[in-house]
Amino acid sequence: MAGLSFDLIALQLFAGLALGAIYVLFAIGLSLIFGMLTVVNFAHGAFYMVGAYVGLYLISLGGNFWLCLVAVPLLIGLFGLAVERVLIRPLYGRGIDYPLLLTFGLSYVMVECVRIAFGKTGYPFDTPEILQGAVNIGVGYFPLYRLFVIGATAAVLLALWLFLEKTSFGLIIRAGARDPQIVRVLGVDVSRVWLIVFGIGTAIAGFAGLLAAPLQGVIPEMGGTILAEAFVVTVVGGMGSIGGAVLAGLLVGVVVGMTSLFAPEMAKVSIFALMAVVLIVRPQGFFGRAGLLS
Amino acid sequence: MTKVTKAGWMSRRRLLTAASAGAVLAASPFRINLLQAQEAPIKIGFPVPLTGPYGAEAQDQVRAGQLAVAQFNDSGGLNGRKAELVVRDDKLNPGEAATRTLELVEKEKVNFVVGSLSAAVQLAINNVTKERGIIFNSISQSDAINEAADFSKYTFHEALNPHMTSGAVGRYAFSKFGKKVAFLTADYAYGHEMVRGFLEVGKQFNIENLGDIRHPLGTSDFSTLLPRLQALKPDILCISNFGRDQQIVLKQATDFGVKKSIQIIAPLLSHASRVAAGAQAFEGVVGGCSFYWGIEDKFASTKAFNDAFRKMYDGKLPTDYGALGYGGVRTVLQAVKAAGSVETDKVVSAMEALKYDYYKGPQYYRKCDHQSVQSILVIRSKSKDMKNDSDVFEVLASDDSDEKNLRTCEALGHKS
Repeated sequence: MAGLSFDLIALQLFAGLALGAIYVLFAIGLSLIFGMLTVVNFAHGAFYMVGAYVGLYLISLGGNFWLCLVAVPLLIGLFGLAVERVLIRPLYGRGIDYPLLLTFGLSYVMVECVRIAFGKTGYPFDTPEILQGAVNIGVGYFPLYRLFVIGATAAVLLALWLFLEKTSFGLIIRAGARDPQIVRVLGVDVSRVWLIVFGIGTAIAGFAGLLAAPLQGVIPEMGGTILAEAFVVTVVGGMGSIGGAVLAGLLVGVVVGMTSLFAPEMAKVSIFALMAVVLIVRPQGFFGRAGLLS
Repeated sequence: MTKVTKAGWMSRRRLLTAASAGAVLAASPFRINLLQAQEAPIKIGFPVPLTGPYGAEAQDQVRAGQLAVAQFNDSGGLNGRKAELVVRDDKLNPGEAATRTLELVEKEKVNFVVGSLSAAVQLAINNVTKERGIIFNSISQSDAINEAADFSKYTFHEALNPHMTSGAVGRYAFSKFGKKVAFLTADYAYGHEMVRGFLEVGKQFNIENLGDIRHPLGTSDFSTLLPRLQALKPDILCISNFGRDQQIVLKQATDFGVKKSIQIIAPLLSHASRVAAGAQAFEGVVGGCSFYWGIEDKFASTKAFNDAFRKMYDGKLPTDYGALGYGGVRTVLQAVKAAGSVETDKVVSAMEALKYDYYKGPQYYRKCDHQSVQSILVIRSKSKDMKNDSDVFEVLASDDSDEKNLRTCEALGHKS
């Protein structure tokens, strides 16, 4: 195929970054929960899917997309709190595979419940009116809605960073991740900290699901495909590192974008090849702490 | 019969269907006949992918298949002997399909098999049935099933095949929208066979092939493929995929503004996918189909089929793949009646002799490969002036039921 212009390469790079932003948004929730709680949340994709369905339901009740941007993370976050309190908490201190298996099973239950409630076939999810269409970004046309997703991802990252780095509660969370024993000795209720971290992580997953809905519609299995990619992102970035997840998410997006340009049939394999290379050179990922899994 | 499927609500639904069917049966006058007829029912195995990305279409296949069985039974069956549909979920997986089919043949002792919804999976079913000498009527697209290597005298193909479909759509599109064509293709048998068909018919129109980008089955983001395709500046973008892939790619192509300067065509536009993805995503896309309920003002058989389907399913209208389920089951049962027996060889001869018009105008099975010779519709998805939920396409053209639209028997490797 001919016609490799500078504009095309630039546009492809940008498309890769935009795709990377979606990976980042999905993976930071996963990374946050793992980094703080060492819980490998296999139900993350299911929370993402439920977020999309809650958005769909709220809109069918007469709500609008902007309202959903606030309501969906709140509702999914509350749901996450309940899951942590009832299901995850009894498993702390029992080894990493207990919560892993629990969340794996939970994801099946959630998908099945949504199938019962909404049916097995998907639903359309319209892009909000004012974000429809494509705009010229200098090197070509790009969908306005995808630009909005990049912006929303940046906003979430900024809020999360401010919360963790600049508030006293954020300080406790970071301290709790380093050494829960000492934090407990200092009189902090660590289980409450973990509860809130899990809630925030799932809220971001629900938010990501809502943002993904106008890109691909809504279907019970939508969380399954992205979960594999998100694990690649967290592993490459370093399990538990939020900064690593951001860098790795964007990198994975760009790698997919560039392989799509030169060898589209390799695009899906390329991210796993990237993961393999990173694991050989740096087994703990970009910014991962060694020994977190042991 | 009430096998528990993976999806909970499906088995509950099936239970309800079975229970209500039982209730209807108990209340109907045919009960007496049934009690008198001591013979076992005629069983038709029906493996389709109820779970997975083609689930919506598969459910329609079952609904319409049940209608064909109900009509057969209401008209007295085979001298009072009733028919029964034995549905199994093949999960869109060739291995699963082969196992289920074997189970249908060995344990359920089915007399015939009708079903499948995948170019690849139907070949797995066919392998089992041809070995056991059981008639299999496939109701999904495939070119390979017509070819001598996969064909057997027990193999019938009620659905269109990719050669016919891409031929009809290609002839319409290449004469109207331009000669520069780019392809985006699902990387498996269905996609490959469609592209081969488009390139074949494209020769007559001197089309220029700008390139073919392949994507894996089950892709959820096409954003990195679309700029590349747009940069090729084609007149036509031909997207050969199905089910969920088709829903997502058309949605994202719309977002990228592809439709502004490029006409999108697809070999098949699935009714169920169009409903699931919404009007906006499919708007203006031109493609093919084997059946659309809207041709009821043209064919009395379509009207009769629509009315019977509406009556059985609370006013719902049948879809393309539903119609195939109906046609696939009804032709077998009609042949049973004509043969006066369920004996395989007699039914094969009766099916070969059928000249039928059950839902879309005249059809018959060609002798050499048992491909159903039939009309092909070219349709466009609409987003305005819709009269009801099912009013989603407009019919642009139609290829008549004619053997010239098929590959020749010799080309398929059959002795003429």
